[in-house]
Amino acid sequence: MSQTLLDKVWEAHTVRTLPNGSTQLLIGTHLIHEVTSPQAFGMLRDLGLKVLYPGRTFATVDHIVPTDEREEPFSDSLADDMIKALRKNCAESGVKFFDLPSGQQGIVHIVGPEQGITQPGTTIACGDSHTSTHGAFGAIAFGIGTSQVRDVLATQTMAIRKPKVRRINVNGKLSPGVYAKDVILHIIRQLGVNGGLGYAYEYGGTTFDAFTQEERMTVCNMSIEGGARVGYVNPDETTFAYLKGRPYAPKGAEWDAAVARWKSFASDPDAAYDDIITYNAEDIAPTVTWGINPGQAIFIGENVPLPANVPEKDRATAEEALAHMLLKGGQPIKGTKVDVAFLGSCTNGRLSDLTEVAKHIKGRKVHSGVKAIVVPGSQGVAALAESMGLAAIFKDAGFEWRGAGCSMCLGMNPDKLVGDQLCASSSNRNFKGRQGSPTGRTVLMSPLMVAAAAVTGEISDAREVFEVK
Amino acid sequence: MALEKITQVTGRGVFVPGDDIDTDRIIPARFMKCVTFDGLGEFTFADARSATKEEGKTHPLDDTRFAGASILLSGSNFGCGSSREHAPQALYRFGFRAIIAESFAEIFFGNSTTLGMPCVVMTSDDIRALAGIIESDPAALVTIDLLEGKVSAADMDFAASLPDHAKEALVSGRWDAIADLLEGLDDVRARAATLPYMAA
Repeated sequence: MSQTLLDKVWEAHTVRTLPNGSTQLLIGTHLIHEVTSPQAFGMLRDLGLKVLYPGRTFATVDHIVPTDEREEPFSDSLADDMIKALRKNCAESGVKFFDLPSGQQGIVHIVGPEQGITQPGTTIACGDSHTSTHGAFGAIAFGIGTSQVRDVLATQTMAIRKPKVRRINVNGKLSPGVYAKDVILHIIRQLGVNGGLGYAYEYGGTTFDAFTQEERMTVCNMSIEGGARVGYVNPDETTFAYLKGRPYAPKGAEWDAAVARWKSFASDPDAAYDDIITYNAEDIAPTVTWGINPGQAIFIGENVPLPANVPEKDRATAEEALAHMLLKGGQPIKGTKVDVAFLGSCTNGRLSDLTEVAKHIKGRKVHSGVKAIVVPGSQGVAALAESMGLAAIFKDAGFEWRGAGCSMCLGMNPDKLVGDQLCASSSNRNFKGRQGSPTGRTVLMSPLMVAAAAVTGEISDAREVFEVK
Repeated sequence: MALEKITQVTGRGVFVPGDDIDTDRIIPARFMKCVTFDGLGEFTFADARSATKEEGKTHPLDDTRFAGASILLSGSNFGCGSSREHAPQALYRFGFRAIIAESFAEIFFGNSTTLGMPCVVMTSDDIRALAGIIESDPAALVTIDLLEGKVSAADMDFAASLPDHAKEALVSGRWDAIADLLEGLDDVRARAATLPYMAA
C-alpha cells in the first residue's frame, strides 16, 4: 500500500468514469449558502429534477447577513430576497437550514466543522472556494460553481478530474507571535498564487502535527489562494478529539467504528507524491500582504518590494498593486496608516482566534482613528465568546462586537470599506475592491497583527505592541 | 439533452491585459445580490471599467472599436479567487463565447466549460501578437479551432491548447455534465450504500 489520503477518498467515492475521462465522484456532504445556490435550485426546477439526498445537504446564510441590524426584513431588499429564497428552497426540498433564528447560523466553513458535519475520509463540496477549509479534517473538499451545485443537488455527484498531490511539510516550532495564518501566507508567497494549479496540497510535518484543529482550518482555508482547489491534513487524535460529542458526529459504538475507519484514510507512510516541499517553522515571521493578491506578501520587518527587483513576469502586477495600495516600493510596510481593523472570516473567525487576541488586547484601547470590528464566524462562536467574557474585553477595548457572518471579508452586506480606506484584515483576499469599495485597500495578516494595527493605528509588529515573547 | 458540439469559435477579439485577474474583478461581489444570473452582463469588470473612465481613459470593454467582440484575451491565472459562477455567467452574458489566456484558475475553467465557453491557452508572446492584430484591425475575425488546437487571425496561426477532457466535452457536445451524471444514478446509489456516513 502506498496511497495518499486523496487516493483513498477518491477510490471510495468514485462512481464511474465519464465519457470524457472525468470521474463521476460521489459528494457525500454538500454545503450551500444564499449566494450560489438559488440559481441552482432554479435550474433544478427548469429540468424537473429533485434533490436526490436532501439529508446530505446542509445550508446556512452568511455572505449577505447584516452583522448589526439583523431583524428581518433586512433594509437591503436584495439581501432579503436571497435569505427568503434559501429558506423556501430548503423547506421545499427538505434540506436542513441553520437559519438566523437557530442560534447555529454562521459562515458555512465554520458551521460545518462545529456541527460535526465535516468528517474525515469524506468528500465535501460547496459553492464557495474556501471549501478547502474542511480538508483540515482529512476530507477532500472542493469549491464549486453553481452549475455543479445543481449537479450535486440532483445527483449527489459531480464530474471532476483527479488532482495531483503536493506534500507540503512544515517542521519545527513557530516563534511566539507567529501563527497558522503566517504559515499559509508564507507558503503562498513562496509557491505563488497559481503554484497549486492542478494540485491538492497535503499539509504535514511536526508543525501541523502540533497544530490545533482550528489552526489547520486556517491553513487549509487559503489553499485556493495558492491555486490549489483542495488542501488537507491527515486526520489524527487532534481531529477525533475535536469531533467527539458534536451534534452530527457518530455516537456510541458507531464512534469507535468511525474513528477506526477515519484512521484508515490517512496517507500511508510510503505514499507517493507528485511533489514534496519542506519549510522550517523557525524561518517564518509575522507576514502581511502589500499588494492585490495573497502572494504579494512580506514579513513585517521587510520593505515593500521595488518593482525593478521583482521577476520580470510579475512586474506589471507589482506596479498595478503599488498604485492601488498607494504604497511605495522600497519603503517599510510597518507604520502604514490603518483606517479599519477587521477580525473575522472563515479564515480567522473562530473561537481560538478571538481567545488569542482577547488575551493580548485586554486593557488596551483601539486607536482613535481606527474603526475596529469583531465578527464571530458563527452564532456558536459568538455565544461561547460572550459566555467566556471575550466579547466584553473586545468592547472595553473599543471594538464593535457584531453578529456572525462573512461581513467585511467581501462586503456583500452593509460592512464595507469607504473610498480608499486601508483595512488591516484577518480575512483571505486582498483583491481590488474585495472589501466593498473599488478603491479600498486590504492588508491581510493574522488576528493578533490586526489587533496590533487597531491599537496603534498603523501596521505594526504585534510582537512589539503586545510584548509577545 | 443534446448540446451543441463546440469545435470552433469565431468572432472578433478584445484584449484585457493583466495577470491574476480574479473573479471579484470580473464581477464585484456587490453585484451578486441576485437569485438569477440574468442581468449580470452589464456589470462585467464594472469597477475596472469605471476606474479607467475616471482616469480619462477607455477600458477595452468600453472601447467602441471592440464592441461586439466575442473572444476575450488576457494574461495568466485568469479567473482566480472566488468560485462564483457569476463570473463566467457575466462574461457569457456580456457576449463572450471563448476566452484565451496564458493559464486559467481551475474552478473558473470548469465553470466556463460547463457553460460551453471554451478556455484556451496560448503563450504570452502569441497572445501579445494576436492582441496586436486585433489592435491594428479590430474587425479581424479570430477563429479558435478546438480540434486542430490552433487560433487563427489575419493569415496567422497560433498554437492553442486545452486539456483533453475539456476538449472532448466541448467537441462531443457533453460540456454540461448533468446528462452524463444523471445516467449514472444507479451506480451513485450503489456507491452511496458502501459509505456509512451517507446512511446517517
